[in-house]
Amino acid sequence: MTEKNLDQYWNKNLKYLLILLSIWFVVSYGCGILFADALNSVKIGGFPLGFWFAQQGSIYIFVILIFVYVYLMNKLDKEFDVDEK
Amino acid sequence: MSVQTWTFIIVGITFALYIGVAIWARAGSTKEFYVAGGGVSPLANGMATAADWMSAASYLSMAGLISFMGYAGAQYLMGWTGGYVLLALLLAPYLRKFGKFTVPDFIGERYYSNVARVVAVLCALLVSFTYVVGQMRGVGVAFARFLEVPFSTGIFIGIGIVFFYAVLGGMKGITYTQVAQYCVLIFAFTVPAVFISIQMVGNPIPQLGFGGQMADGTYLLDKLNQLSTDLGFSEYTTSGMNDRINVFFITAALMFGTAGLPHVIVRFFTVPRVKDARISAGYALLFIAILYTTAPAIATFARTNLIQTVSNKEYSEMPTWFKKWETADLITFDDKNKDGVIQYVADAEMNELTIDRDIIVLANPEIANLPAWVIALVVAGGLAAALSTAAGLLLVIATSVSHDLLKKNLMPSISEKGELLAARIAIAVAVILAGISGLNPPGFVAQVVALAFGLAASSFFPAIILGIFDRRMNKEGAIAGMIVGVLFTATYIWYFKPQLGGPGLPEDLWFGIRPEGIGVVGMMINLVVSIVVSRMTPAPPEEIQMLVNDIRIPRGSSSPGAAH
Repeated sequence: MTEKNLDQYWNKNLKYLLILLSIWFVVSYGCGILFADALNSVKIGGFPLGFWFAQQGSIYIFVILIFVYVYLMNKLDKEFDVDEK
Repeated sequence: MSVQTWTFIIVGITFALYIGVAIWARAGSTKEFYVAGGGVSPLANGMATAADWMSAASYLSMAGLISFMGYAGAQYLMGWTGGYVLLALLLAPYLRKFGKFTVPDFIGERYYSNVARVVAVLCALLVSFTYVVGQMRGVGVAFARFLEVPFSTGIFIGIGIVFFYAVLGGMKGITYTQVAQYCVLIFAFTVPAVFISIQMVGNPIPQLGFGGQMADGTYLLDKLNQLSTDLGFSEYTTSGMNDRINVFFITAALMFGTAGLPHVIVRFFTVPRVKDARISAGYALLFIAILYTTAPAIATFARTNLIQTVSNKEYSEMPTWFKKWETADLITFDDKNKDGVIQYVADAEMNELTIDRDIIVLANPEIANLPAWVIALVVAGGLAAALSTAAGLLLVIATSVSHDLLKKNLMPSISEKGELLAARIAIAVAVILAGISGLNPPGFVAQVVALAFGLAASSFFPAIILGIFDRRMNKEGAIAGMIVGVLFTATYIWYFKPQLGGPGLPEDLWFGIRPEGIGVVGMMINLVVSIVVSRMTPAPPEEIQMLVNDIRIPRGSSSPGAAH
């Protein structure tokens, strides 16, 4: 693999990381903590929304984020021909 | 049959199962002992990681803490799950590609320095030891209550069991035992929650149930808020919101700590490929999430049931579970106004009831009048959680001593057999020391464990991340960062933890940040020191920069230890 290819692969990886980790931050620290009181004025069933994000929602989204990452990276590996045979 | 008989039967069966698995999967080589031969399937590894991860703190203490903390309990829920996103995205695939046995291996080779390796070993020992002491206390609590033996005897029984299968099986035995333990603990944790959820809100899914409506049409959480405020406690769904700075910092310290814990990271060395390391982090979090989304439901159910059972009720009419926990000194009732009625209120002057938070999960099925076998099952699950984590931690301690210190530093010529023997002796010594320290640890189980996270966040996380993402990072930077980070964090924790003998007063806390959340500040300090020092000192050698390029792509991964 050439130096240039490696840089491209790496930059694309960093872009994915930036997007996924932003979501990670927003759902937990944002919705679950910093804006939890504001979100609490919205209710889903018996859950105030901020409380729900803090004790349930953020965890579901964490799981989804990892599986999305796995999907994206497996595709990227094939595209740049660096996947494991 | 009585709870006692059921407990003996169920705990006996599960222990026989673990020992059977350990004998079947015993380790014959150092590679099997350290990384289970590197051939564990991602799904099995996910389950083992989940069991390794979910400790006595997660299982026994966490729902109890949330139950008393309300909203702010979310710091444990998010903190102990969010770290897996960091692990999966930032660490696991690259460390698997690097392909060695331990975290100090990575630090030692990436920073081309035995000093860095030794610093990493010391950090690993400090973190793992702090953590394992908390587990031993969890084992002690569970045995003490349910086998009705003294707390210390409970700890000694725990030492005996862990000793047996960790020494025999190494990572291979531990991994397959943990798969069995995961099944036991998740079944035991969710079954009572399902029962109680049906009982209280008629919904068999506890995750939805605690947002559901009770028979009279009121929402359970509204009802709990009402009950809490009536007794002078703060509203359940917002309690702790005024101290969000600590919720923020503790959540962050736990997340970054998770991603820096050696006993978690090492799991990703046990799968065959880089691809498997990524997906197995996903499976691990999925399996963990089942427990972590059930725990807040249990917390809500237990809190509501507890208040309704005890508040303003005649002391003489208390159910048998109340008396049993009273004899264990974990519930105390002091009838201050001598009216024979239990006043359970927020005001310390008036309050007559003290409840140890660690008992909530164990007492919950009894409070809800569930059948005896369910109660016994919960005990077996608690023991599975504590034992699986203790075993994983002890392995890290043993590996640090036999592999990183002896093989890589003091006695490079040691034979494979000698190294394996040294690892087994190290486990034996560690388990006994941990048991003895477990007799007298500071704080609740979850709090003791929280300290280990601060130390992991401030030492390993930055060193590993920079090792992968910053090609220019050199040994001077990494070593300085780790030392400054861990010293800062350990000092702050010691200074502000009265249980550790520190003189600090709560009003002197920096920006009000409690010791449990300081690890994330330590981590920032580590990052800054590492980057500044590295830019003032020479770049790492060419072959190290090539190594960094190499770990960034999956192709060409070899099995762990192949280069040895």
